[in-house]
Amino acid sequence: MSQPVSAASAAPSVPSGLGLRPSARAWRRLKQNHLARAGLVVVMLVTLACFLLPAVLRLDATTTHPALRHQPPSAAHWFGTDGLGRDFAARVLLGGQSSLLVGLVATLTCVLIGVLYGAVAGYYGGRVDEVMMRFVDFMYGIPYMFLVILIMLMFSESARGNPVPVFVALGLVEWLTMARVVRGQVLSLREREFVLAARLLGAGDFRVIVRHIVPNVLGVVTVYATLTVPTVIILESFLSFLGLGLKLSWGQLVSEAVGVVNPIAFFWWLLAFPSGFLALTLLSLNYVGDGLRDAVDPRGQR
Amino acid sequence: MSATEVLAVVGGVAALAGASWLPARAARVMGALCGGLVAFGVARAAFGLGAGLAGAAVFAGLLARYAPGTVLRRLTFLVPSLVLLVFVTTLLMYHAPGSPFAGEKVMSAQVEAALRAHFGVPKSAVEFFGIYVRRLVVEGSLGPSVKVQGRTVEALLGPALPVSVTLGLLALLLAAAFGLVLGILAGLKPSSFSDYASTGLSALGLSLPSFVIGAVLMVVFALKLGWFPVAGWGTFRQLVLPSVTLALPYAAYIARLARGGTIEVMNEDFVRTARAKGLSESAVVLRHALKGAILPVVSFLGPAAAGIMTGSFVVETLFGIPGMGQWFVRGAINRDYSVVLGTALVYASLVTAFNLAVDLAYAWLDPRIRSRP
Repeated sequence: MSQPVSAASAAPSVPSGLGLRPSARAWRRLKQNHLARAGLVVVMLVTLACFLLPAVLRLDATTTHPALRHQPPSAAHWFGTDGLGRDFAARVLLGGQSSLLVGLVATLTCVLIGVLYGAVAGYYGGRVDEVMMRFVDFMYGIPYMFLVILIMLMFSESARGNPVPVFVALGLVEWLTMARVVRGQVLSLREREFVLAARLLGAGDFRVIVRHIVPNVLGVVTVYATLTVPTVIILESFLSFLGLGLKLSWGQLVSEAVGVVNPIAFFWWLLAFPSGFLALTLLSLNYVGDGLRDAVDPRGQR
Repeated sequence: MSATEVLAVVGGVAALAGASWLPARAARVMGALCGGLVAFGVARAAFGLGAGLAGAAVFAGLLARYAPGTVLRRLTFLVPSLVLLVFVTTLLMYHAPGSPFAGEKVMSAQVEAALRAHFGVPKSAVEFFGIYVRRLVVEGSLGPSVKVQGRTVEALLGPALPVSVTLGLLALLLAAAFGLVLGILAGLKPSSFSDYASTGLSALGLSLPSFVIGAVLMVVFALKLGWFPVAGWGTFRQLVLPSVTLALPYAAYIARLARGGTIEVMNEDFVRTARAKGLSESAVVLRHALKGAILPVVSFLGPAAAGIMTGSFVVETLFGIPGMGQWFVRGAINRDYSVVLGTALVYASLVTAFNLAVDLAYAWLDPRIRSRP
C-alpha cells in the first residue's frame, strides 16, 4: 500500500493473484517455475511408464533365458538382459512400481504420524509439548539406519521382500522432521482468532485440531511430503543394498549391478538404467518440492 | 510388550523432559555428575579403574566449577538419552523374532538355558537390560559377543572404531570444504553460469544414492584408470574413493545451504555499509559475509555427522572397509544382541558429542546466541 508505484509496475509481468484462494495462488506460482513444472511432468511420465507399460507391452520380468545372459541393449530387449537372461526393461519398470509405491506409502505414514504428533504437541504446548518434543530430539540423535534396521527385524524372516515392513519402518523413521515443522506452525496457529472462535462455539480439542488446525498446515505438509518421497526412496535403496529391502526395486537393481562390478566385463546397462531412472525421478521430485516451497511460502521471492 | 517395559520407556522420556525443568543450580550439579560418569567410562577404558575414578572426579569438579550452564544442561540430557537408547534397542531386539541361539542344530532346553546364562542373555528384555547396565557400569565392559566366540564386544569394536571415525571425519571435512566453496561461489553471483552449474551439480548429488556414486567412481578411477585401489583399508590411496563417496551427498546439501546463506547475507545492510566505506569485494566477502554464510552450514553439521555415520554402513560394505557399520548390520541380522547394543552406544555417543561441539561452535559464531544466559 505504501508503494503503489512499484506494485503497479510489477503487475503486468507477474500476475499478483490477489483475490484467489491461497492454494490457487500457490498453484499459479508453481506453474511459473520452469524446473518444478518440468519435474512434475517427468514424475508423471515415469509413473505412467512404470505402471502402464509393463501391462501394455506384455513385458515379462521373470522368465529366464540361459542363452541370453548379459545381453547389451538391442531392439528385442531395450535395456538388455540381466545375469539370468531376463528382460531388463521389464525389471526396471516393475522395480519402479515398487520404488514409487514405497515412496508414496511411507510418506503417507510419515505424514499421518508427523501431523498428528506435531499438532497435538503444538496445540497443548507447555509440558506436553516439552515431553513430546524431547522424545523427537532423542530420536534425532540416533542414526536413523539403526532404527530402520531394528524395525525391519521386528518382522519375521519370511516377510523379507514383503513391502509392508519396509513401508512401516521408513515411515516410522521419517516422521520426525514433519512433526517438528507442524508443531512450529501450530504453536502460532493456536493463538489465532479462528481457533478461539471455534472453541467458543463449543468445539472440543479433537475437533479444533482436526477441523481447524490441520487444514491450515496442509500447505507446509505438502511441501515436506514431496521432499520426503525422494528421501524415502533413497533409504529403501540403502536397505536393498544391505540386503534388507524389497525383492524388486530400483535400489535393489542398482545394488545388484554394483555387486557384479568386476575388472573383466562391465555390464553398463545394469547400472545405467535403474540408477538413471532413480536419479531422474528423485531430481524431479526435489525440484517439484522446492518449487512448492517457494510457491507456498510468500516470502520466498528468490 | 509388557506393562513394565512401556512404563520404563515412558519414564525414560519423562526423565529426559524433566532435565529441562531442573533449576540452574541442580542442572550444574547433575550435568557435572553426568559428564563425570561419561569421563569415567572413557578414562577407565584407557587407564584402568583407580586412575579412571580419580580422573573422572577431577573432570567433574572442573566441569561444575568452570563449564558454562548450557553445556552442563546438555550433559544432563546425555546420560538419560543413552540409557533410553540402550533400553529401546534392547526392547526392539528382544521383540524381534528369532534369537541368537536359533541355529540349525536343535538344542535342548537345558543347553540353551546354560548358554543364555553364560552370555548374560536371559529370556526377558528388562532382565537383560539390568545385566547389561550393571556390566557396563561395574565392569566397564560391553559384554561378550553372543555370536563371535570368545571375543568381547570391545575387542571387536576396538579396531573398527578408529577406522569408522577416520573415514567419517575425513568425509565430513571434504563435504564441508567442497560444499562451502561451491555454495559460496554460487551465492555470490545468483543466476550466473557458475550458480546454475553448482546448483545443478548439488541437485544431482542429492538424487543419487551414495553407493551408485561409489560404484561409478570405482569403475572409472579404480577399474578403468587404475589410479586408486578398488577396495580395502590401510593406505592413504585406499581412503580416497570411500571418503569422497561418503562426502558427496552432504557436500551437495551443504552447497545448497551455503548458497542460501550467502544470498541472504549479501543483501544485509552491514554488507552495504562495508562496501560503502570502500572495502574491496574480497574483504567484504571474507570479513563480513562469510560468517553469516556458514551459520546455516554449521547447524547442519550435527545432522550431517549422524547421516555420514549412517551412510558409512553402505560405503563400508561397498568398499570392504573393516569399520563399525559392518558389525552393526551383521550383528542385527544375526541377533548378536551385545554387538548391536555396543555399536548403538558408541555411535550415539559420537553423535551426541559432536552435536554438543557443533552447538558450542554455533554459539561462538552467532553473538545473538552467545549473549543469551
